[in-house]
Amino acid sequence: MNSHGAAPLIVRERGQREVFCGLTGIVWLHRKIQDAFFLVVGSRTCAHLLQSAAGVMIFAEPRFATAIIDERDLAGLADVHESLNEVVDQLLARRPNLRTLFLVGSCPSEVIKLDLDRAAERLGQRHGPGLRVLNYSGSGIETTFTEGEDRALTALVPAMPNRSAAGEAPDFLIVGALADVVEDQFRRLFAGLGIERVAFFPGNRSDALPTIGPDTRIVLAQPFLSATLKALEDRGGRHLPAPFPLGAEGTTAWLRAIASEAGVDAARFEAVTAAGRARAQKAMSRSRETLAGRQVFFFPDSQLELPLARFLSEELGMTLTEVGTPYVHRAIIDPELDRLPADLRVVEGQDVDAQLARVRAVQPDLTVCGLGLANPLEAEGLRTKWAIELVFTPIQGYEQAGDLAELFARPLRRKARLEALA
Amino acid sequence: MKLTLWSYEGPPHVGAMRVAASLKDIHYVLHAPQGDTYADLLFTMIERRASRPPVSYSTFQARDLGSDTATLFKDTVARAVETFQPKALLVGASCTAELIQDDPGGLAQALNLSIPIVPLELPAYQKKEDWGASETLYQLVRQLAGRVTPEAAAEARAALPGPSCNILGPMSLGFRHRDDLEEVRSLVEALGVRVNAVAPLGADPEAITHLGEAHFNIVLYPELARPAAEWLKRRFGQPMVETVPLGVSATREFIAEVAACAGVDPAPALALERRLRMPWYSLSVDSNYLTDKRVFIFGDGTHALAAARIAQEEMGFEVVGLGSYSRVMARPLRAAAEALGLEALITDDYLEVEAAIEAAAPELILGTQMERHIAKRLGIGCAVISAPVHVQDFPARYAPQMGYEGANVIFDSWIHPLTMGLEEHLLGMFSEDFEFSNDAAPSHLGHASHLAAVPSPASRGPKIAVEEAPSPAVGAENSVSWAPQAEAELKKIPFFVRKKARRNTEQFALDHGLGEITVETLYDAKAHFAR
Repeated sequence: MNSHGAAPLIVRERGQREVFCGLTGIVWLHRKIQDAFFLVVGSRTCAHLLQSAAGVMIFAEPRFATAIIDERDLAGLADVHESLNEVVDQLLARRPNLRTLFLVGSCPSEVIKLDLDRAAERLGQRHGPGLRVLNYSGSGIETTFTEGEDRALTALVPAMPNRSAAGEAPDFLIVGALADVVEDQFRRLFAGLGIERVAFFPGNRSDALPTIGPDTRIVLAQPFLSATLKALEDRGGRHLPAPFPLGAEGTTAWLRAIASEAGVDAARFEAVTAAGRARAQKAMSRSRETLAGRQVFFFPDSQLELPLARFLSEELGMTLTEVGTPYVHRAIIDPELDRLPADLRVVEGQDVDAQLARVRAVQPDLTVCGLGLANPLEAEGLRTKWAIELVFTPIQGYEQAGDLAELFARPLRRKARLEALA
Repeated sequence: MKLTLWSYEGPPHVGAMRVAASLKDIHYVLHAPQGDTYADLLFTMIERRASRPPVSYSTFQARDLGSDTATLFKDTVARAVETFQPKALLVGASCTAELIQDDPGGLAQALNLSIPIVPLELPAYQKKEDWGASETLYQLVRQLAGRVTPEAAAEARAALPGPSCNILGPMSLGFRHRDDLEEVRSLVEALGVRVNAVAPLGADPEAITHLGEAHFNIVLYPELARPAAEWLKRRFGQPMVETVPLGVSATREFIAEVAACAGVDPAPALALERRLRMPWYSLSVDSNYLTDKRVFIFGDGTHALAAARIAQEEMGFEVVGLGSYSRVMARPLRAAAEALGLEALITDDYLEVEAAIEAAAPELILGTQMERHIAKRLGIGCAVISAPVHVQDFPARYAPQMGYEGANVIFDSWIHPLTMGLEEHLLGMFSEDFEFSNDAAPSHLGHASHLAAVPSPASRGPKIAVEEAPSPAVGAENSVSWAPQAEAELKKIPFFVRKKARRNTEQFALDHGLGEITVETLYDAKAHFAR
C-alpha cells in the first residue's frame, strides 16, 4: 500500500485505439526463439504491418512470413487448407531445420473462421515429429500489441514437459522474453544468491522447453502475460507477484520477492545485490537531474506503462499526470499500483482524440506515445518518447537502469541543446 | 494463398490513405480493426509528417463483432466530421472490414451530412497499394470535378488569360514526388503556362472540383494518375502530356510536348539547361569507366522504364536486367526489355527478384529499398530509384529525379555506389595487397568496407557473392575441377565479376570437354566470352 493508503483509481475508456495489434510481437519473438518460424495467415495488411514495424528488413531473411489470403481462398474453405499446405511445404523446403512452426491467426483469418487449431494439428501430423506446429491469434480484434507474445507463450505451455518427480522441475520459472544479455545478468545474480534451479521462458530454443510442476514458482519478467500465467497455473505452477525489474528499486524488489521465497537470508541478498544496485543508482544519476520534477504523460501501448510510471516517479522523481494502458490485470500489476500515488489518473483502454485533448491541456514535459503520434505532438511543441523503443530495447535489471532512464532523459536534453533551432 | 516475406506494396487502403494525406480539408474514415492504425506511422515517421494523417478508424474488436460494427462505424464518421470539420469525406473498409460487409458508403450516406462523400470500394484480396491510390484519385476527381459541367469549365477556362494545366500524380509517400513537383512546376511556368491545380498533393476539394478548367493535364506517374487523367480527357476534352520527364532526353521531349499542348515556344524552358551538368559529366573522359557497367533495374513501372533508358542512353551502362512490380505497366516494360535483348521480370515476389539478380551478376543495382538489401547481402553497389520508400528517400536537401536538376541528381546518386575509374584499375592490378583488398567496398563508402565480413543471416548459409560456391549448373556427373593455380588466378579478378567469370569458365570447360581448368583455360574462356 502506498503512503496514501489507497491504490490509484482506474478509469475505463472506449473509442478509437491507436495501438499495434498482437502480430507485432513477432518482430522480437522471431529473434528470441531461434528454431521457430512465425507464419501469419492473413492479408497484405498483416505483411505490410510486420514490414513497417520491423523497420523494413533489418534481417535479410527473417524467421517470419505471411501466407497472404487471396480471393480464391475466400471462395471456399476446403481450398484454404489446401493452399496453406502448399505454403507450408514451400516454407519448409527453404527452411528444413525448423523445430517449431507457429501458425499465427490474424483479423481476416478470425473473421472467416479459419480453423487454425485443426490446420496446426493436420500439419503437425504431416511434418512431425521433427516439427511441432502450434497456433495462436495475433489478430487486432483479439490482441493488443504485447498480448501477441502472451498468446504465443500460452500456445507453447502445453508443450512444456511435466515434472515427473519432485526436484526435477525448476523452483523458479522466469516468464517473458528478455534480451539475452539481461537473461545472463539475472542468471549470475541467481547463482550468487544460491538459487540454482531457475529456468527462463521463452529461451532460445523451442525444442528444449523447461519443465513445469507444482513446486514451480512463476515469476513474470513482463507485465503483459496474463494468459500465459493462467496456463502455467493450470499446470500447477504458483504465481509469485512482484514489482517488475525496472530500475534499481524495481529490480531489487523483484529479486527480493524471489530470494525471500527461496529463503535466502537478508545479509546474503544485500551482499549479492549491493554492487548492482549501486551501479544502477550511479548510472541513473545524470538522467535524474534532467527528469526530477518534470511531468510525464503515458499513452497506452504495451502494458509496461504502470511499471514504467512507478520507475519514473519512485526512482527519478518525475510527476505522473495520466497513465494510459491498454489493460490492467490486477493480480499482476497490484505490486506496482501499490507504489503509485493514490491520486494518479490511470486510464484503461483508449479514446485517442479525447486523450489528445487531455495531453494538450496538461502540456506535460514528456509524453510517452506511439510512432503515429510522436512527430505530430513534437510539432505542437511537446517532447515525446517513442513507446516502442521501451519494448525493443533491453531495459530490465540493474545494468540497464541507466539506459532506461536515459531513454526518457534524452528527448529533454536534446531539446535544451537545440534551443537555437526552436 | 501466397508465401510472402517482404512486399513491394501495401494493401489498397494504404494507397487511399496516401491520397487522403496529400489533400487538404479532406478526411478518410476507415472501417478497420484495432491495429490497422499502424499505417499512420508511415506518414509520421518515414515522411516525418508533422501532423496526424487525416484518417479516423473504427478500430473494432472481437466484442464489437458480436454486437454492432455498423453503428460503431457510423459513430466514427459522425465524430470525425464534428472533430475535423472536413469539406469532403472519403469512406471505405480495410481488408477485415471488407469481409464483414457493413457497407461504409451506405452508412455514411445515411447520416445526411452536408459535405460530399466519396465511397471507396478497394478489394483488398485482389488489389494493392498503387491501384488503391489510383482508384481513390479517380473516384475523387469523378465525384468532385464531375459537379462542374464541361460547358461551365470551358467558360471558366476562356475567362482566364494564357494556357493552364493541372499536374496530376504527386502524392504523399511517393519517391521524391515533393521535389519532382517543384522541378516540373518550374519548367511549366518557364513556358508561361499557369498551373491550375496539382492533385492530389496540396489540393483541397475546391481545387479538385475545378480541375476541368485547365487546358491540359500533365501525368507525372501513370500508375497513380492515368485513370483520373483519362476521365478528365473524356469529360472535358483535356489532352494528356504523358512523357515523364526523367532523364535529359525525356525532359527535352516533355518540354516539347507541354509547349505543343499549350501552343507556346519551348525555348524559355529549354534555356533552363544552363543548370544541367549531367551530359558533360557523362561525356567527360573521367566517366569512361562507366561504359558497359552491368546494371540490374527493378522498381515501379515509371521509374524502371525511365532508368532503363537513362542507363543505356545517358550513362552508357549495359542493362542486364529490367523488371517491375507494377503489373499495370507490364506492356511498355516488356517492350523496353525486348529492345535491350532481355525479358522483363514482372513480379511482386521478392525472392524471384533476388534470384534474378544473383543470376545476372550485375555490378550495380538500381532498385527499391528491398533491392538495396539484396545488394548489401550480395556485396553489389545499389542506388534507390523507386518506392517503396524509406526515411532515407526523404532527404532534407532538394533532390528531384525529374527535370534538369533531376538528371544531375540521378548522375550523382547512381555513380556514388560504384568503384571509381582509377581505383577500379588499381584494384585489378594489385588485388593481393593485404591493405587494399579486392573484397573491400569503394574507398568513399568506408562504412561498408570488408563486404566479405558481413554476417550472413542465420540458417540460410553464407551465400554472398564474394563467396566461391561452385555454380549449380555444373552437375556431379560431368564435373570440372579447378587446378590450384587457376583457382588462385580467379581470386585476382575483382569480386563483383568473379562469380560470373567462374561460371563462364566452367561452362567453357564443359563445352570443350575439359576435365580440369588451368590458368590457360581461364584465359581461353575470357577471350571466348569477350565481345
